[in-house]
Amino acid sequence: MAVTALTMAHLRNLFGVVMLSGVFSLQAAALYVALDAVDVAFTEAAVGAGISTLLMLSALAITSSMEKSRKGVSKGPLALAVLTGVLLIYATFDMPVYGDPNAPIHQHVALHYIKNSGQEIGIPNIVTSVLASYRGYDTLGEVTVIFTAAAGVLAVIGRNRRSRGKDKKNGEKSMKFKSVLRVTSKLLIPPILLFALYVQFHGDYGPGGGFQAGVIFASAMILYALIFGVGNARQAIPAWVTRSGIALGVLLYAGVGIASMLMGGSFLNYSVLASEPTLGQLIGINLIELGVGVTVASAMVTIYYNFAAKAPEEWTPEEEEESEGDL
Amino acid sequence: MIAANLPILQVIAPLLSAPLCVLLRRPGAAWAFALAVTWASFAIALTLLSQVLESGPISYEIGGWAAPFGIEYRVDMISAFVLVIVSAIGSAIMLFARHSVASEIRRERIYLFYAMYLLCLSGLLGIAITGDTFNLFVFLEISSLSSYVLISLGQDKRALTAAFRYLVMGAIGATFYIIGVGLMYMMTGTLNIADLAVRLPAVASTTTILAALAFLTVGISLKLALFPLHAWLPGAYAYAPSMVTAFMAATATKVAVYILIRILFTIFGGVDVMAGMHVGVILTGLAVIAMFAASTTAIFQPNLKRMLAYSSVAQIGYIILGISFASETGLAGGIIHLFNHAVTKSALFMVMGCVVLRVGSVNIRAFDGLGARMPLTMAAFVIAGLSLIGIPLTVGFISKWYLILAALEKGWWPIAVVVVLSSLLAVIYVWRVVEAAYFRPAAADAPEISEAPASMLIALWLMTGASVYFGVDATRTLDVALGAAKLLLVDRI
Repeated sequence: MAVTALTMAHLRNLFGVVMLSGVFSLQAAALYVALDAVDVAFTEAAVGAGISTLLMLSALAITSSMEKSRKGVSKGPLALAVLTGVLLIYATFDMPVYGDPNAPIHQHVALHYIKNSGQEIGIPNIVTSVLASYRGYDTLGEVTVIFTAAAGVLAVIGRNRRSRGKDKKNGEKSMKFKSVLRVTSKLLIPPILLFALYVQFHGDYGPGGGFQAGVIFASAMILYALIFGVGNARQAIPAWVTRSGIALGVLLYAGVGIASMLMGGSFLNYSVLASEPTLGQLIGINLIELGVGVTVASAMVTIYYNFAAKAPEEWTPEEEEESEGDL
Repeated sequence: MIAANLPILQVIAPLLSAPLCVLLRRPGAAWAFALAVTWASFAIALTLLSQVLESGPISYEIGGWAAPFGIEYRVDMISAFVLVIVSAIGSAIMLFARHSVASEIRRERIYLFYAMYLLCLSGLLGIAITGDTFNLFVFLEISSLSSYVLISLGQDKRALTAAFRYLVMGAIGATFYIIGVGLMYMMTGTLNIADLAVRLPAVASTTTILAALAFLTVGISLKLALFPLHAWLPGAYAYAPSMVTAFMAATATKVAVYILIRILFTIFGGVDVMAGMHVGVILTGLAVIAMFAASTTAIFQPNLKRMLAYSSVAQIGYIILGISFASETGLAGGIIHLFNHAVTKSALFMVMGCVVLRVGSVNIRAFDGLGARMPLTMAAFVIAGLSLIGIPLTVGFISKWYLILAALEKGWWPIAVVVVLSSLLAVIYVWRVVEAAYFRPAAADAPEISEAPASMLIALWLMTGASVYFGVDATRTLDVALGAAKLLLVDRI
């Protein structure tokens, strides 16, 4: 990983940098597996190596793939980076040894989760219990962050009606006629979608959940858009669907919280949703994971659509679009 | 049901309204909806504050899980005070927003603009109310991400660069914060603020916790634009849309100060960080430099939004100065200045918004003769400007009075002199504007302009009125600030 990172800092070809950052994420994912954090590894592989590489590539399509050359290394930032590194190393001096069962993190809150989550929540995957229930409110916050990002992309580079006609043109320019790619992707997309659904609804037993499922689903969509053109992708899933999706997912998640308040519990207390607390937890967790999945998938596709729409041949001066109210 | 769930409604009401705004899509409807929600959240904040004053801190268990296993919302005097500041400014700004936003933001993006604004508001409220360090990070991200977007929507192309710069600095700040939280978690096994306060003293001398303190302090100092980490602020405030500047200047940095207070006095409350680890002295030094350097820079700015932005950096210096004394009087002075500077600075930036709407520029030249042409707007500028300087009968005086008292209490009389001297710098930059507006004739070719729309003037005068009202009768704000300082330093709950 260190070698990859140093090469990235050194390389001037941004295309290479993006590819290496994908490699870096895969290595990180492997490291997380080695550390027994399978859920984190899963997310890192899907988000870091998958989606963000794709998004960076589409950003490169708008700009140039070579970094503007700059002589020398700027000393200030380098010194700060070294200082931060030194401080981090300093922090490790008194750290508990990795895997030490007596370390504070294994003795306090985590121990409670391991001992009681089976009884209190009733699903086998403790990570999901923590993320979706004990700290479910943080997850709502994270989904809101995703929502903010997607709505922010819409606000900053969002497109509107006039440029919509140009999608057809874009579609023709894509790799429509590369038959190898077309056949392979047609073979790949259905299993990817199916796998996304599996990850979505299996999060309470194995690693996975809404975040990973949403990203996997979105990567299938983006693959389709890459091969068959954004225009065709937009016909399959129109932009208004994804735009509503990012909002509806958050609303579904928070709606579960409101429902639990209406039924007399505190916000996001799923136990009151059904007669049995554990059944309520199961219903609540599945619903909020669905909300997460919907928002994440819609957000990724929305961001991709908007980047793709900004490809150079389509660039129009913003003033021209001014008069169009997109209501 | 509503009464018991007030703490969570405070945050999720604006948070949920953001996706609803995205579904609404009509600019007028989005505005009206956002206005209703912000005023409701102001009402909730006032209710929470009165509840806290009556019967002490409120704890709310989200998801029904007891802290530290679940996430806890904890409202005590200082967090309730910050909630009131943020939601008061947030609701007044919404009145101001309608015309200002309609003229500065492209029509088809207005619903997204309000969605971003509501997210930013809920992020800031979420930071102030939470009793959990990681939850705080999540809401810090929500508020930061939305504020980058809000700033980048400024009309000037330079808004994009300013927003990007803020994004990079803000991301470093947030990363440092989360590294600090991670290190603390490693040594204590908990993320809950109250629980951390109990468990930290035992491990406080380890290098891991020392590094955590360093990361937390530097990270948050970036967010609150403490000199010399303020480089992102002037550009961001100068090029953001008017209402965004007025909102952010009054709330975002204040909430970051609140986080710093929480870290130093609650999380590390049982550890002698201020004197024993010299954090106090470092903060005092930086605060004094900020007061002088930023005020001096402000004097030379032709762009008045940028001038006020530098003035904000200086004012943050006053707040940090109060905190760095680590005495009840000093801390109270810092806390009350959170409120006092918020109302004063939002009024001043609202004046800028009115002038942008009517004149189209905030260059000092554009202010020539404006006193006669926009009398109500410029009168508000004069009053808020007096408050910025710290003239008696304005809120600015109350804060500075307490800062000077705190300095004298410690026997640091040079600091007291410094507070007075730096106020003189504020006289200079406020006078520049007054001179242009009242003593210079309008340019011969200046277009005919009318006064700003009523809704903007109401919001402006609400803030201006507040900066006089709470300057004449400061008992309420002082009670809360002194109570909060006592809670943080003496009672430590």
